[in-house]
Amino acid sequence: MNTNKMKRNRIIANHGSSFVVILCILLFWQASTQIFTIPTWLLPAPTVILTEAVAGWPNYQHHLISTTKLALLGLFIGVSVGLLVAIVLHLLPKVKRAVYPLLILSQNIPIIVLAPLLVIWFGFGVMPKVIVITLVCFFPIVVATLDGLRQTNPELMHYMRMIGASKQQIFLKLEFLHALPAIFSGLKISGTYSVMGAVISEWLGANQGIGVYMTLAQSSFRTDRVFVAIVYIMILCMILFVIIQTLEKTWLKGREKGRMEHE
Amino acid sequence: MSELTVSNIAKSFAKQLVLDDITFTINDGEFVSLLGPSGSGKSTLFHLIGGMYRPDRGAFFLDGKEITGKRGVISYMPQSPSLFPWRNVLSNVILGAEIHRKVDKDKAREMLKKAGLANYENAYPHELSGGMRQRVAFVRALLSPQDFICLDEPFSALDEFTRLDMQTWLLDIWEKNRKSVLFITHSIEEALYLSDRIIVLSSNPAKIKREFDLPFQRPREQSLLLSKDFFEWKRKIYQELEQLKVNS
Ligand SMILES: Nc1ncnc2c1ncn2[C@@H]1O[C@H](COP(=O)(O)OP(=O)(O)OP(=O)(O)O)[C@@H](O)[C@H]1O
Ligand SMILES: [Mg+2]
Repeated sequence: MNTNKMKRNRIIANHGSSFVVILCILLFWQASTQIFTIPTWLLPAPTVILTEAVAGWPNYQHHLISTTKLALLGLFIGVSVGLLVAIVLHLLPKVKRAVYPLLILSQNIPIIVLAPLLVIWFGFGVMPKVIVITLVCFFPIVVATLDGLRQTNPELMHYMRMIGASKQQIFLKLEFLHALPAIFSGLKISGTYSVMGAVISEWLGANQGIGVYMTLAQSSFRTDRVFVAIVYIMILCMILFVIIQTLEKTWLKGREKGRMEHE
Repeated sequence: MSELTVSNIAKSFAKQLVLDDITFTINDGEFVSLLGPSGSGKSTLFHLIGGMYRPDRGAFFLDGKEITGKRGVISYMPQSPSLFPWRNVLSNVILGAEIHRKVDKDKAREMLKKAGLANYENAYPHELSGGMRQRVAFVRALLSPQDFICLDEPFSALDEFTRLDMQTWLLDIWEKNRKSVLFITHSIEEALYLSDRIIVLSSNPAKIKREFDLPFQRPREQSLLLSKDFFEWKRKIYQELEQLKVNS
């Protein structure tokens, strides 16, 4: 009970200033819309958006669930593939030298440009959407994991070699665990990207999802609904971020300080 | 049983000869120190014994079997403790054994107790003092299944007081375990206090300059450090090292 309270107090202390800033912006926004009588279709007041968010819940709830599922599925596949690719590239340095520049180059192609191609090849089903999300989630994980694996502490590496650890043991007992914090950094980025990827993929053509809800709202000038969608996208990203951060804290418990002292 | 023979080892890096015709033997249960100037190639010799790379000439034998270029036949304590930050003390000390799939946790606990770390089993390395970390690294080397231990300047990073404590502690533990030890050090006193034999290396390239058999009885006490005999030996070896400087 008491510790919970302390925790809450700490959260407020840490993030209190952000709350104040957000509150100020909202107040300013509310005041501006009223003072300058800005039409709702141009810029709805925060209160209007809130009203719609509450009243419209039954209308958009299934869109929200659909997007969440899609983002999670894409994130899972993207992260799995990314980890696998990173590990394979790490274990095969020659292949890595050939492939790594191509990987970076591939990131210069905007997903939006690829999307129509994916639709042509895979139609309007789940497949092209998952591919889009996978593509955006994949890169941060690969780069973070490869970086983490490359930066293995040379002293620990030397020790493992001297006592005769096999390549597999070195990877499992040292390199991978050493790379975990880096992998989690990549995971946080991928997590946020996955929601964005999901919404973009829904713009390609879908029958439900926040992306669809947004498109519909936009074409009927329901700007308040567009804002509701934006707020939910932000909330989804934040929830994913917090989940990943909590996982990170429980997994890497006890070593956080040690790392800082070592590096 | 373990007896290491170093036979005519030569090694150069990029045309620079570092080790030239090094030959010596360490008998079973013997504690031998390698004493030599910085950069003479002491660590290089360890890396060669450990199989990190191959010598240009010569070979190593452990109990008569050739081990040149083979990894994992010696237990090793590096110059820095090299503990794994995500492992607690207990799982750090069993790492050497774990690699060779011979973990004995009860023995590990017992050893930690002897090392005065009984209450720190679950602590992480960053929660320990420098001296404690060195002790953990030493216990890890002792618990490794190999009978031959190489220690590379284990105490050079410690202050004078802690170092003396650690030396006395190491002697105490070792005199009960009696594995064969090859010990690298810069310090004449440390070599005298701990070893049965001292091998003095010259540098550029490293050759064996001289070997000294030490007459001090075991178990040894700290009072040895203040004895007249000890000072005599210290002077003798000091002069040997001074000559090295004059010659080079
Ligand atoms: N991998 C390597 N590549 C090239 N040169 C090396 C390598 N390892 C060691 N050397 C060289 O070999 C020489 C001996 O180095 P080594 O580390 O063995 O010295 P040392 O006797 O252990 O010194 P210290 O007492 O300072 O630890 C040095 O001149 C060093 O530059
Ligand atoms: Mg050295």
